[in-house]
Amino acid sequence: MSASSAAKPSVVTHALKDALIAGIVAFGLFVLLLGFLADDTLGKLRPLPRPVLLAAAVGIVFVGRFLVSLLYYNAAALRLLLGELFVSILALAKRFRFALLAAMVALAIAWVLYSPGDWPLATMIVVAILFAVWLGLTPALLALAVLFPIAFYSNPYYLGIAIIILTYVMLGWGLNIVVGLAGLLDLGYVAFYAVGAYSYAIIAQAYGWSFWVCLPLAGLFAAFFGVLLGFPVLRLRGDYLAIVTLAFGEIVRIVLLNWVSLTNGPNGIGSIPRASFFGVPFTADDDGFAARFGFEFDPTHRTVFLFYLILALALITNWVTIRLRKLPVGRAWEALREDEIAVRSLGINPTNTKLTAFAIGAMFGGFAGAFFATRQGFISPDSFTFPESALILAIVVLGGMGSQIGVAIAAIVMTASFELFREFEQFRLVIFGFAMVGIMIWRPRGLISSREPSVYLKERKTISAEHVAEGHG
Amino acid sequence: MEYFLQQLINGLALGSIYGLVAIGYTMVYGIIGMINFAHGDIFMVGAFIALLAFLILVAIGVTAIPLALFLVLLIAMLLTSLYGWAVERIAYRPLRGSFRLAPLISAIGMSIVLQNYVQLAQGARVKTLPPLVTGVHTILDLGNRLVVQISNIQLLIIVTTFALMTGFSWLVASTSLGRDMRACEQDLKMAALLGVDTNKTISLTFLIGAALASVAGIMYLLYYGVIDFHIGFVAGVKAFTAAVLGGIGSLPGAMLGGLLIGLIETYWSAYFSVQYKDVAAFSILIVVLIFMPTGILGRPEVEKV
Repeated sequence: MSASSAAKPSVVTHALKDALIAGIVAFGLFVLLLGFLADDTLGKLRPLPRPVLLAAAVGIVFVGRFLVSLLYYNAAALRLLLGELFVSILALAKRFRFALLAAMVALAIAWVLYSPGDWPLATMIVVAILFAVWLGLTPALLALAVLFPIAFYSNPYYLGIAIIILTYVMLGWGLNIVVGLAGLLDLGYVAFYAVGAYSYAIIAQAYGWSFWVCLPLAGLFAAFFGVLLGFPVLRLRGDYLAIVTLAFGEIVRIVLLNWVSLTNGPNGIGSIPRASFFGVPFTADDDGFAARFGFEFDPTHRTVFLFYLILALALITNWVTIRLRKLPVGRAWEALREDEIAVRSLGINPTNTKLTAFAIGAMFGGFAGAFFATRQGFISPDSFTFPESALILAIVVLGGMGSQIGVAIAAIVMTASFELFREFEQFRLVIFGFAMVGIMIWRPRGLISSREPSVYLKERKTISAEHVAEGHG
Repeated sequence: MEYFLQQLINGLALGSIYGLVAIGYTMVYGIIGMINFAHGDIFMVGAFIALLAFLILVAIGVTAIPLALFLVLLIAMLLTSLYGWAVERIAYRPLRGSFRLAPLISAIGMSIVLQNYVQLAQGARVKTLPPLVTGVHTILDLGNRLVVQISNIQLLIIVTTFALMTGFSWLVASTSLGRDMRACEQDLKMAALLGVDTNKTISLTFLIGAALASVAGIMYLLYYGVIDFHIGFVAGVKAFTAAVLGGIGSLPGAMLGGLLIGLIETYWSAYFSVQYKDVAAFSILIVVLIFMPTGILGRPEVEKV
């Protein structure tokens, strides 16, 4: 007791000293950019002092650093405390597992039977967690996805968000083939998304073909662009490749912006034909979906259809990826990611192998783009900027490169939180940027860091991420 | 002919700005082998700090332009280098020894942070500064209104860049810090074993890179008079292109690459189309990487098992 009380002041002084240095640095960082505003409301720039903001920012850094350093020097005690808390919660859950199970079943049944559309989101999250505890993560998510439109039929806002989330899940899975499996860092993935969207819009408008004809064409076009870019550049190493793909993404965007005769430039393309239910349009007419199947007309039918459409597309992406991993080409991808020189010495052509990954990833990006175009009905180059690429990449990285379920969870978390904090605009992006840094520091392998092996002897064992080398390029 | 020469001067001025930013990329790549994706945004932060410093100086009554510019230069270099240091400390140092793409992804995160932080702090609208350095000199007069001119600001940019480059080359070649930097570039581990404080050297490299980028930011501000939070992205990619074109890791290469990119962009805008000038710069990046991955003055990289 006496020893700890003797040691305490030095810990606090140390933390204070740390915090003081951090505060001085923060003052230097913020003194001009936060301390003054270059105000031009009167037509002429003049500096507008903001001392309160500056003081608050420096204060936050000071206090934050003080607490962090205080806790850091007492890390052992903190860990003990948290560990005990966790163990006791676990024990509690174990003791009442039957009660938990019963509650879960009751809730799930109630949710499915009554499906009151205005149930708060919290209930859904509770049900999701309970489902996950019982069924395991993957089937639970799948069940939730299938049931979602039934439960939220009367709430188009949630349905809309769910469609956006699924679009990002699909994009994440598509990019995962390139980044997670083949280990090629692609910073211009949004270019293929754009190519898919624009080729769908242009073909559908010019020829009036149905969605189901244009969708494969959009994918094909995107894959073609993937090969076009990939063929010359895939010989490059990791980060060079990243910058080249970034440049390619920008080139595509600039061309879309300036080729006015084809893309209508910055004004974008509007009134893109909507997807139909295998030829039956979602209109109030006599030959529309509602009349044909004997329902009352409701615009939500289209939204629900779009939901299941993107769910199906995403699941196809996932299924193809899982199957491909078992084929020679998929194994070659992963081998390439681990050690390119070894793969080359085994007689596999690295450029061709990378090219297939690039093309297939691009194709799924193209599908997602076509879906985006038909859902929005309007596209412009503004939707296909670099931050979009960074977001998709962040989803893949956060989810744990190569892990399908991790990517899905990351897409849900990211997109949903972006939607929740919509009012905070730039603020959420600052947090998002810091989150990318934080993930790299604390969980560089992403949320789901263990891997299911593609090839195994006798039994399937989970591989620790320590043994997988992602992204060597 | 006079049009060609005029564009040559414009291109050199623009290229000097790219060259100063490119130095930061090439130094960091040389020492720790990562692309400091946030460097373009450091350049943007430098421009904003310079703008604010200038406004405050005017507000407190420093109206003599040369004195004000000198003070702005000092303040901006000092505060921007603090940003360079902080970015390295927060986002890159903890990742040393992590897997290869981790620092790049972290750098992308930092770039997003800086852009949106400046947008939050100073607003999304462009800031327009009236021209401070005015006046032109006629170099060549062919009569008939055909003249080749160099403006004072272009002169200032080229001279400052030249002076900084000379000073910086001297620093790398003849000081103990420069020796440490070159040692770290050759072999980080070995340098550490031989008593070089590698963390300090790397920090100082980021500091110097950021200071040079801030000078580029001031030049950009004075030259174009318009800045916003987004200028760092495109300028950053172009400066990186310059570094690659000149041979990444090579300091004269970065300057040469910057000048070339500036010239190519200017001539492309002058003779072809302004809209596609960025496409020209980016295409050069792709072409150079494919056919000449070591750049003009770079050393070939040896692949080891």
